[in-house]
Amino acid sequence: MTMTMAAAPSKGRPDYINIRGLSKRFGDDEDSVLALKNINCTIEQGSFVSVVGPSGCGKSTLLRIVAGLLPYGEGSVQMDGQPIIGTRRDVGVVFQNSILLPWRSVLDNVMLPAEVLGLDIKASRRRAMDLLAMVGLSGFEQKQPLQLSGGMQQRASIARALLHDPKILLMDEPFGALDALTREQMNLELQRIWASSGKTVILITHSIPEAIFLGDVVFVMTPRPGSLERVIRIDLPRPRNMDMMSAPAFASAAHEIRDLFNHSGSFD
Amino acid sequence: MDTQTPAVATETPVRRPKVAKWRRAVASTRFHSLVLLALLLAFWQFGVGFFNIPKFVLPPFSDVVVALYSGLSVGPLAHDGFWFHGFVTLVEVLGGFLIGSGVGLVLGMLISESRYLDDLIRPYIAAFQSLPKVAIAPIIVMWMGYGVDSKIAIVVMLTFFPVLVTSIAGFKAIDPDRIDLLRSLSATRWQIFSKVKFPSALPYIFAGLDVAAAFAVVGAIVGEFVGAQSGLGVMILQMDAQLDTGGSFAVFLILALMGVALTAALRAVRRRVLSWMPEQPSRRPVSA
Repeated sequence: MTMTMAAAPSKGRPDYINIRGLSKRFGDDEDSVLALKNINCTIEQGSFVSVVGPSGCGKSTLLRIVAGLLPYGEGSVQMDGQPIIGTRRDVGVVFQNSILLPWRSVLDNVMLPAEVLGLDIKASRRRAMDLLAMVGLSGFEQKQPLQLSGGMQQRASIARALLHDPKILLMDEPFGALDALTREQMNLELQRIWASSGKTVILITHSIPEAIFLGDVVFVMTPRPGSLERVIRIDLPRPRNMDMMSAPAFASAAHEIRDLFNHSGSFD
Repeated sequence: MDTQTPAVATETPVRRPKVAKWRRAVASTRFHSLVLLALLLAFWQFGVGFFNIPKFVLPPFSDVVVALYSGLSVGPLAHDGFWFHGFVTLVEVLGGFLIGSGVGLVLGMLISESRYLDDLIRPYIAAFQSLPKVAIAPIIVMWMGYGVDSKIAIVVMLTFFPVLVTSIAGFKAIDPDRIDLLRSLSATRWQIFSKVKFPSALPYIFAGLDVAAAFAVVGAIVGEFVGAQSGLGVMILQMDAQLDTGGSFAVFLILALMGVALTAALRAVRRRVLSWMPEQPSRRPVSA
């Protein structure tokens, strides 16, 4: 591709997240399952990384390890030069389900990180209102989560993950449960949020178009045991729009990923 | 009034909703069950005379009303009235319920937070749970005497287990995603407990409290049957001895009222605390 990014955001250190020889095994006897095998990758600060793979390829396990929620066996995982030994305050996680606490209002759900991390409540409240406005939930602050649609719940959970202004946003198939139209809209919103915040984002997905549409790079994983097959750079200009899905670069990337899945016999 | 209403309704259509409301009330199940009650009471009142049932077996309903009135019309401290004995029983029920369910809840929390405590205590709980607690009532009365405290102890034993068991179940049933959410924010153990675990377990805990409330009244009455100087259970025994069956029925009514009031109070608290829960849980998922 000869197209260059018109306003390529200046990015930080190229090895912001650095994973070397990472393997993860569940269980310890002969029944144990090797979930991840020898993962090596680096993630540039401020970049958007999509991780795509069929179910059971260990992509959620990888995310949970980076989030510090899961201990790992072999290898090293470093963030900003420091090994990950547990959860970090500068990481925000968006889970598969929105996990809004049903006894709290939408606003109080978004405020949860402020309470847990002991941030200034007044300032956080203002920020929570701003974030809710950004994800299109103005006027829903005092609603109960169960009164919201699935897409709105997931948007509220994105606002929650951003409240404490984390440097890294980890998203574990956040749009998997949404219908196709809502999903496209959420993809556009996520791109906008990322572009305006300069955060490093890792997005786990099993949708090839979603991975290509959002990612600067796409990590392609194959299962049994989960390994990183290829890193594909997506050279589409930003901001991207849905029309680019028919661009040749998009099609060739999609083709390359499907080929990888077909070869590994994992595209069920 | 009844005969007039339709006439008024035809004149001014504005009044029609009132008629419709009245019709709906008559058609409602609640009204039907009131009619059923009236029919049953009438059958009781006149049936005993018709079938020649002796008074000490089953007095007419009017005798129960008379006994209720005479028991309630005495002074609050009179030892032959319902106020004094009802108050004693109420203290036993409430005191035992609060202590028993409180201890059950705290122990349930500790057991669900500590694997060690769980393994240590669980076998004893299982063993003690299978024992019918009322069987121990005579021993407790022997140990603690005929006063209020022995009845409270019995109520504590009866109310402790349902709350313990349901709270453990509640803490075990928590969506692990919710805990991961808090962990991802580097939450402390106490934050995870107070912000997620406890509120998540509340529906279970309230189910246990419901059962405990019913058991509390049973425990107090059994305790008073075994040995006491005052309380509604003592009154039932005395009235039984005097073949005052109408009086016994009057006490039953008061006991039923006490149970209903306790359950209603619990429901009110539950509605406040669990206002976020959908009225019909089947309609929408709670886990969302």
